[in-house]
Amino acid sequence: MKTFAPFLRQSATAAALLAVSAVSAGAFTACQVTDTGGIDDNSFNQTAWKGVEDAQAELGVTGRFLESQAETDYEANINSLLGGACDVIITVGFLLGDATKTAAEQNPDQKFSIVDFSYDPALPNVLGQVYATDEAAFLAGYLAAGMTQTGALGVFGGINIPPVTIFMDGFHHGVSYYNSQKGTAVTVLGWDPITREGLFTNNFDSLDDGRAFAQNLYDEGADIVLPVAGPVGLGSAALADELGTDKLKIIGVDADLYFTDPAKKHVYLTSITKRMDATVLQVIKAVTDGTFEGGILTGTLANGGVDLAPFHDMEGDVPDALKAELAAIRQGIIDGSIDVSP
Amino acid sequence: MSGRDMKALLERPVWGRSEVEDLVIVPLFAVIVALVLGALTMLATNVDIATIGHSYIALARGSLGSLNALSETLTAAIPLVLAGLGLALGFRAGLFNIGAEGQLLMGGMAAVIAGFALSGLPAAIHLPLALLVGALAGALYASIAGWLRAATGAHEVISTIMLNLISYRLLDYMLRMPAIQKEGRADPISRSVPEAAELPRLLSFIDPNLRLHAGVFLMLAMVALVWWVLFRSRIGFEFRASGESADAARYAGIRAGLVIVLAMGTAGALAGLAGANQVLGVLGRATPGFSAGIGFDAIAVALLGRSHPVGVLFAGLLFGALEAGGRQMQVDAGVSIDLIGIIQALIIVFVAAPLLVRAIFPWGFRRPSSGGRRP
Repeated sequence: MKTFAPFLRQSATAAALLAVSAVSAGAFTACQVTDTGGIDDNSFNQTAWKGVEDAQAELGVTGRFLESQAETDYEANINSLLGGACDVIITVGFLLGDATKTAAEQNPDQKFSIVDFSYDPALPNVLGQVYATDEAAFLAGYLAAGMTQTGALGVFGGINIPPVTIFMDGFHHGVSYYNSQKGTAVTVLGWDPITREGLFTNNFDSLDDGRAFAQNLYDEGADIVLPVAGPVGLGSAALADELGTDKLKIIGVDADLYFTDPAKKHVYLTSITKRMDATVLQVIKAVTDGTFEGGILTGTLANGGVDLAPFHDMEGDVPDALKAELAAIRQGIIDGSIDVSP
Repeated sequence: MSGRDMKALLERPVWGRSEVEDLVIVPLFAVIVALVLGALTMLATNVDIATIGHSYIALARGSLGSLNALSETLTAAIPLVLAGLGLALGFRAGLFNIGAEGQLLMGGMAAVIAGFALSGLPAAIHLPLALLVGALAGALYASIAGWLRAATGAHEVISTIMLNLISYRLLDYMLRMPAIQKEGRADPISRSVPEAAELPRLLSFIDPNLRLHAGVFLMLAMVALVWWVLFRSRIGFEFRASGESADAARYAGIRAGLVIVLAMGTAGALAGLAGANQVLGVLGRATPGFSAGIGFDAIAVALLGRSHPVGVLFAGLLFGALEAGGRQMQVDAGVSIDLIGIIQALIIVFVAAPLLVRAIFPWGFRRPSSGGRRP
């Protein structure tokens, strides 16, 4: 054990030095609590964390994060960030809604912001970040309906909660809109917007489920699948990679998965981007310049909070006519002439 | 079976040198080696030495360094100790129960249902009743595996693993039943437990963020109860006798089938109590992930505690401290929480391999009486 002694001594000295420097810094700190998907999930949590990283680069703030490994961690994780170390605590995900509310009520001087949740009535120290994801998903549905060879599309979600099903609703309505315009009968498997029932993995972390659910949808005839479940969709992408993109294409969610999942980038037809990085950065800016107040911040197609990512490698596969129609619909959604939730 | 084991079986436990080595020195060294290897793991993943030192300081600070840290350590330890006690009892009876996770889920679910379905009762009746219902549900669920073993010989390792898988789906299904699901929600989440059925938080008068709740008394009571059952009661003797040698126990007139079902049932009751403790003390409702792997971590706790109630208590406290401290480690040093999992796993490896620990720390142990050679 003697060999470890110098090592331990060295690390203790180093730690003491570091502790001193950490105290003297006293910079603005933005703290983030992730959902169970983890900080490196290539989509949901990672996009939100990118907002803090952008703030680090742009505003020179310090960023810290805590990963939730289970739902029991939410309250504990928020608690361990309390006590004045964080200028703003950003909780990521609908499922943290109750824990954030409790913490915000017990600590009225602490500023909070939550992704995918808003409170009614609004809490004075919580800024909710919500997204009109159905606007972008509507475009994705129209695109997928125009691209399918089999006439069947698949969709599945993580958990049956509003920020997930809003993707599925918009996608479904986009397909219906395509059918009504073109007189086609493209079907969507995995979600019924009337009964609010559909396919759900009931988790946001199992890649195996992502693969199995995509396989089921493929077996039922779907050639384009939209997994709305954060990193679960990476499993679906792996299946599409094996089958070949002529048989199965994937539509990404949250981030442009062409960039965040470079190993499988060729399987993504497009991605429905939810610019949590932009809204998180906006929140941090508001806190630094003193304009922060509780309420709701909504990302839309008009303000760039949600969007449809470029087609990248499949640019040539999407007919120019379809691209033109998408541009027109996009304009129609922004000016209000097309209703994405009829 | 050696003569030494037979003597241990017949005599009341005596704290000799070998017990101290087994119960104290091996786990202690296992923790030290695990922490050192954890540091080496961080080094190997390009974490610099300053951050490693900083992260271990954070680990200590987050688990012991403040009132909030102590509260978090205890809060995390309670379900681990409760479920670990059940598993330890099973190990003593020779049953390797992997099903604490499922029993915990069933117990927690039953406690939640008893919590919101019986609203209107005074807390003095409601809370004990909800805890009891949780324990009973866990006991019944575990008894399935016990009965299968006793009646058909189906090995409990296999049947409890399978029952775990069934419990996940059963929970998903139950959480979506209209009578259980929270109003206005489409995702699997139960109604909330009314305050009368909640385990009261003990320190909220100091700071509302302190989560320590009355389950800590339940934990201590159960440590004492399991100790008494194992070492002072007739059925405990039968458990231990069956565990040491099932054939000898049967020859001595102990009814093996009954012992198996009772041991599994008691283990399940304690796991169910752990689940009830989580929903009534920490979460206030049930969701698909409320077990958080406690049923599996409890296996490690029972092994580390050498299947002794007091050992389980300390092992549970250590794992609770690692969980609470790991959170601080992540905040202060930015080290991944996965490292805590690695350290826990390393502790188990070394506890499960006492000879390895003896080889690394020869001076911590008595020399073998004959043929021993100091390395």
